[in-house]
Amino acid sequence: MSTIRERRITDQGLEIGLAALTQDRIREAVQAIRNSETGAKMKVYHETCMRCGMCAPACHFYVSNDNDPSYAPVAKVHQTMTRILNGEDIGPQDVYDFAQIAYTECNLCRRCAFYCPVGIDIGYIMSTVRRFCYKLGMVPQYLNDTGNSHASTMNQMWVKEDEWTDSLLWQEEEARDEFPHIRIPLDKEGADIFYSVIGPEPKFQTQLIYQAACIMHVAGLDWTMPSFPGWDNSDMSMYIGDFETMGRVKKAHFDAAQKLKCKRIVMGECGHAFRSVHDVGNRWLGAKDSPVPIVHSIKFFADLIREGKIKIAYKIDDPVTIHDPCNVIRGRGLMDELRYVTHALCSNVIEMTPNREYNYCCCAGGGVINCGPPYKNSRVQGNRVKAEQIKRTGATIVISPCHNCHSGLEDIVHGAKIDAKISFLGDLIYPQMEKPAHFTEPAPCNGGGHV
Amino acid sequence: METLYLLARGPLCWATAIIFVLAMGWKLSKAWSEAKAKDGSSVAYLSWKFGLRSIFNWAIPYNALGWKENPLICAATFCLHLSLLLLVLFADGHTVLWEYTFGLRIWALSPMLSDILSVVALTSLGVLAWRRIAVPQVKFVTGPADWLALILVTVPVLTGFLSGFLGGTSALTLTTLHILTAEILIVLIPFTRLSHAVFIFFTRAYIGSEFGGVRHCRDW
Ligand code: SF4
Ligand code: SF4
Ligand code: SF4
Repeated sequence: MSTIRERRITDQGLEIGLAALTQDRIREAVQAIRNSETGAKMKVYHETCMRCGMCAPACHFYVSNDNDPSYAPVAKVHQTMTRILNGEDIGPQDVYDFAQIAYTECNLCRRCAFYCPVGIDIGYIMSTVRRFCYKLGMVPQYLNDTGNSHASTMNQMWVKEDEWTDSLLWQEEEARDEFPHIRIPLDKEGADIFYSVIGPEPKFQTQLIYQAACIMHVAGLDWTMPSFPGWDNSDMSMYIGDFETMGRVKKAHFDAAQKLKCKRIVMGECGHAFRSVHDVGNRWLGAKDSPVPIVHSIKFFADLIREGKIKIAYKIDDPVTIHDPCNVIRGRGLMDELRYVTHALCSNVIEMTPNREYNYCCCAGGGVINCGPPYKNSRVQGNRVKAEQIKRTGATIVISPCHNCHSGLEDIVHGAKIDAKISFLGDLIYPQMEKPAHFTEPAPCNGGGHV
Repeated sequence: METLYLLARGPLCWATAIIFVLAMGWKLSKAWSEAKAKDGSSVAYLSWKFGLRSIFNWAIPYNALGWKENPLICAATFCLHLSLLLLVLFADGHTVLWEYTFGLRIWALSPMLSDILSVVALTSLGVLAWRRIAVPQVKFVTGPADWLALILVTVPVLTGFLSGFLGGTSALTLTTLHILTAEILIVLIPFTRLSHAVFIFFTRAYIGSEFGGVRHCRDW
């Protein structure tokens, strides 16, 4: 067994936070967690968790680290929240430990919920530990940077307003070579669909915007994107524990859709952003469900194919497996829709075990990958079990309709030297969908003597 | 000893019942009003349908993923809780008490069956205690409160079981001890980990409601 102190990772953000910690500030934060931030739910969890350890085998960190007990879900609580609630002495170094455990050794993936007979929500407890650390300025540097970006720009990646619209116009321009009439309609009032993406898309994954525009175009949909802040649905503030910024970011997102009077929001292939709009951020805004109807890409694509709005021209034969992102599967039950779309695109699908709602997390989620390079090794090592799962399928393509999973699985596959490519659904739909001639041919020229 | 026995069987029995009901009621109402005041964004999602669905599915041995992947503790947990429930309600000594104290006449287990159930309960408790010492992930998180809970349950079961094999004054002593420790156990339920006996219905129903209603997914 290793201890959290032994496996400490140096992080600039935590070091700076540590230097500013005082016993008084810690005491204040403890009081806040005990008296104002939490209520009966936390107390009851604290009292009735039977310390039975049944949740241990649920966690990929525990399993991948040779059943090291300090990685068991209940152990993470035991080393953090239990100490806060028991009123134990907590020093600055302890807060460092708490931050490393809560931000980088738990993905808030909620897999442990299937293992706990009492029904304890470890994800909630660990996000409250994060809240405690955030209140003390103890947030890993890279993650904190995304939070600062959210707070100042309303997007995760410091994308400036003109850069955003430039990226969209650029992708429209590019796509016009292929589809001469294509538009990425900006600020179209009353459109059926308000399409939102996450910060990294305009920053370094513009091909995803390209693909989405092509799919919308071929399906003949009435859609729009805003030219102003609110276009980013992602939410690292939620994972930092900065709920105030989370609320502002979510409000900007919903407000943008409402300002344009759109009927529904369709969002790209992202897991955590989906969690933040329908499960967490909306609650902070006092909305039981999302204030504007929200559809995840998986469901959106499934409907397009089912209704014949796009037709799949051919299926690929490569061995394909499916990674179920927790935030859309365990978070919204879209496992059958995901399979429907995958089977429409691929003829050779091999399931992982366990799968569907029982999937192992990719170990990138919950903001862990956003904690950046210092934690890459512990993240990859902490999910050996996923690498083994993928390897067993023999698949060369892993479908993963979630950004974090996508990047996390790439690291994992690379680390385990598995020859597999990670793919979004859009990466397959775009090349495989039928592109009828009237979409791809240039507009008829009026002055050319044609009738 | 006889006076003590009579005291334990009579007034203390009533006192225990009253303290338990009052304390548990107080704990529950305090938790509920605090939940409404501070956990509004959780309480709003409580649903009978999904709550009961979750309780039902976890009440079946080896049904939930957690039970399947922890087969030994699944067996120990169900054996322990079932045998305790049967013993508390129907052990022959208890049925006499039900009638004597509360005027309720109910069916009784044969002494032989009671003994078997006691052995089952004690073995299950042994398994749980063994896990606390020998299984690393359990040992890591075990503290005095967990041992207290185990001991509180073990002593009355053990004394109840042994008293059947003895005669004369030692039987009386053990029986008195059995009644007294059982009363201590009941009084302490609201103030120890044993409060899960009541709270578990709420925690299960709540997580079931979240998974069913918000996440459109099962939780077992
Ligand atoms: S990573 Fe997932 S399974 Fe592990 S403790 Fe966190 S929420 Fe539970
Ligand atoms: S399974 Fe539940 S009750 Fe058991 S130790 Fe884990 S969180 Fe606590
Ligand atoms: S990144 Fe993907 S697998 Fe990991 S927590 Fe998020 S949705 Fe789950």
